[in-house]
Amino acid sequence: MKKFGTLFSLILIAAFILSACGAPATQAPVATKPFRVAVVMPSATTDLAFSQSMYDALGRIQTEMGGPSAFEFVFSENMFVVDDAAAAIRDYATKGYDLVIAHGSQYGSSLQEIAPDFPKTSFAWGTTVDTFGQPNIFAYEAASQEGGYVNGVLAATLSKSKVIGVVGPIETGDAKLYVDGFKAGALATDPTIKVNINYIGSFSDVALAAEAATTHIAAGADIMTGTAQMVVGAIGKAEEKGVLWFGTQSNQTSLAPKIVVASQVYHWEVALREIIKLIKSGTLGGKSFAANLGNGGEVIEFNPDYQLPAEAKTLAEQTIAGIKDGSIKITLP
Amino acid sequence: MISELFSVTVLIGILASGIRLATPYLYAAIGETLGQRSGVLNLGVEGQMLLGAFAAFYVALTTGNLWLGVLTAMIVGALMGLAMAIVTVNLHAEQGISGIGFYLFGLGMSDLLFQKLLGTVETVKGFPPIQIPLLSDIPGLGEIFFSQNLLVYLAYLLVPLSWFLLNRTTLGLKIRSVGENPDAADSLGVSVARIRYFTLIVGGTLSGVAGASLSIALLNVFQQNMTSGLGFIAVALVYFGSWRPVGVLGGALLFSLVNSLQLWIQVLGIPVPSDLAVMMPYVLTILVLVLTVSRVRAPSALTKPFERAD
Repeated sequence: MKKFGTLFSLILIAAFILSACGAPATQAPVATKPFRVAVVMPSATTDLAFSQSMYDALGRIQTEMGGPSAFEFVFSENMFVVDDAAAAIRDYATKGYDLVIAHGSQYGSSLQEIAPDFPKTSFAWGTTVDTFGQPNIFAYEAASQEGGYVNGVLAATLSKSKVIGVVGPIETGDAKLYVDGFKAGALATDPTIKVNINYIGSFSDVALAAEAATTHIAAGADIMTGTAQMVVGAIGKAEEKGVLWFGTQSNQTSLAPKIVVASQVYHWEVALREIIKLIKSGTLGGKSFAANLGNGGEVIEFNPDYQLPAEAKTLAEQTIAGIKDGSIKITLP
Repeated sequence: MISELFSVTVLIGILASGIRLATPYLYAAIGETLGQRSGVLNLGVEGQMLLGAFAAFYVALTTGNLWLGVLTAMIVGALMGLAMAIVTVNLHAEQGISGIGFYLFGLGMSDLLFQKLLGTVETVKGFPPIQIPLLSDIPGLGEIFFSQNLLVYLAYLLVPLSWFLLNRTTLGLKIRSVGENPDAADSLGVSVARIRYFTLIVGGTLSGVAGASLSIALLNVFQQNMTSGLGFIAVALVYFGSWRPVGVLGGALLFSLVNSLQLWIQVLGIPVPSDLAVMMPYVLTILVLVLTVSRVRAPSALTKPFERAD
């Protein structure tokens, strides 16, 4: 038995050596290597929210740069377990991707540990401004209060009952920014309006999000908004009751074409373009980027099927312009 | 603001929401009760619900037939229950671990099917609320009890039905005896395996309907991992309800009512931090569990694989 074990390990070792020698020989010389990106994200690429915003942005970058031969990307979705995400991030780094994106603020501490082990790989994570002082970490975030403010202004203009409902996930980060911006926008337009806010304590509990929406409607809301991927439940209820909806993160029109007025959509390619340019010139990190209305990282996309009154549309456009030129200052609590 | 909480609109809202929220728990937890009374702990409920939710949604979306959707969810759930029965009854596998395995299978499989067959979140026209004639016109009560959709009514009907099955039929007696003392039951000619197959398949069927009640009756959307822990809460509710349908009903209602209460507390702007508000149903459930524990003990053979002593 022992002899067999020794023999077996010898064969294994031989196999390893052979395969190690074989690898370089089979590699054909490539003239132009595509820029390779790997991304790890917490939910599905089709969530109509946070993960989809990054997936769509990578697709647009790919088209811009001339297809898969110039820009390649792979992804791991539904990485809600941070440990699994960390393993995936490390895997991608080992495989020599030019840029590894950890799309979720919950991945920060993992990235802080992993990045120093791969000094030649560039990492990016968001939404945050913190690069941990590492030379190979980029950070990106969205000023989601800006689009929130515009949505809030429009909501207050369109509301007849003067009650607006907000369904949020957990009172933190990007979600809190959006909700606070929305409330500020609504109150700036009509100081007497009631903005009822509900955080359901989960990014995935569709049932509770739906019931929160029903609660808002029972409390008199005729307009609602919400953020994160579980809002699909709330949008369903809004559609059922004919209550208007304002989206954020991705364009949510497809889900309820009759009631979605407008969505704030993240265009992460604004940050990605800069990051790719820097990597190509040899800078692997150390900078943070913000997507906002001014730089095109956030865009308010109107639903073409919803008949928005002309004066409301004008007001929205004035608000966007005001935020861009700084004449409108959003004060957050 | 606090006084608003006691207005009629709010009270009606809380009760109506609570009754709706309790629906999926009832299906899943009553199915689980049957399994546990026969001595099998099925932790795969969440996976059965997810697959049931997807099956119902997909069939309803493509055929437009809601009942066909429910039927498919039932079949999918039953097959999951059958698989669980083979693994735990015939192969004597450790119940807790196999249940977790089935949960992960359901989670991954529903996600895969969703990606391949649908690709994006869509909505479907689900079961509409049924206004029961006359009764639904009663102010307040009508809106709370008599204007819900059909799957909600059926969930509540399940409570007396399962009570009757467990306590007033020979089959119920067999289920209970297999859960308490499988050796004695076996010696009297009751097939332990057959009873456990039955309870697990029925349990799976009900979990499938629990999923369908979410995807084509209450929410009318499907999203990956949309049950988000609901199936595990259902398992906890079985312990909470001391393995009795009426107890399960009480637990499901308490949990759901407190959940809808916290939704209203936030909507009315009562200054409670949202993190504390969302904790309320869980804290209260634990408190009740601590205070009422040890009055009733679990079925003696729960989690123990049965092997006939020759």
